[in-house]
Amino acid sequence: MKIKVNNKEVETAASSVAALVEELSLPAQGVAVAVDNRLVSRADWKDYALKEGMSLVVIKAACGG
Amino acid sequence: MEHREGRYDRQTMLPEIGAEGQERLRCARVLIVGAGGLGSPVSLYLAGAGVGHIGLVDDDCVGRSNLHRQVLYAEDEVGRPKALMAARRLRALNHEVEVEPYVCRLSADNVRGLVERYDIVVDACDNYATRYLLSDACVALGRPYVYGAIEGFCGQVAVFCRTAGSRTYRDLYPEEEAAARQALASKGVVGMTPAVVGGVQAHEVLKLVCGYGDVLDGRLWTIDLRTMQSYVVEI
Repeated sequence: MKIKVNNKEVETAASSVAALVEELSLPAQGVAVAVDNRLVSRADWKDYALKEGMSLVVIKAACGG
Repeated sequence: MEHREGRYDRQTMLPEIGAEGQERLRCARVLIVGAGGLGSPVSLYLAGAGVGHIGLVDDDCVGRSNLHRQVLYAEDEVGRPKALMAARRLRALNHEVEVEPYVCRLSADNVRGLVERYDIVVDACDNYATRYLLSDACVALGRPYVYGAIEGFCGQVAVFCRTAGSRTYRDLYPEEEAAARQALASKGVVGMTPAVVGGVQAHEVLKLVCGYGDVLDGRLWTIDLRTMQSYVVEI
């Protein structure tokens, strides 16, 4: 299915946010993920089902000032 | 008689601010934690706007490698305490503003005492631990917390703790222990990253004080200056 990650179209077989995070080799810590403009807490990544056309934003944690 | 321009004319002519907003700004008390990359634009723009009372917390001294982005400081201030040099600069910019420098590090022992003296807290610090301290104190004392953080070419801003039940920093990054172990990936940064992000933080303060626009209440704004991709997500 096709979804968008940070505005780029991505073809994926991942069924959940957790599976997609693994597929994209994102670090286990230090990133937040929003689906359709809403942050999904890490605890829900496993159960959050991905559907065709969803738009994800991956946000890297930052701590500089 | 010659018309004498008022120093705030260009902002008070905006209906969102007006004379009433300006008076609110004059009465406002804003604590800025960190007088570095973010603290520079935040404090300069708030002092310029006429925020009446500004507290500035920083225990560090000006370093040569600060000068490319920390626009509060000049070459002859290298080695001197940032909070004191910043206070001097802000008073020179606007003598109507009362600036209180705190040459100390924010800690569990002093955070409540500092936060409770102010109406709004701006996070311009450079580490996760201080952000958890600030967020918890703002929840406990009911102070809006204007969060900002940068890394490289990227930055993010949100407003937490505006009302009881508002989102907090812990909702954005729930894993305090993991964050504490995670160091800054890289110290590399262009001066424009804190300029943009600090400018947005300062403007969120104006919106909160004057009561206009849609505050980033429980929403995270992100920017990548390399691609100019920007998002606003609900936390």
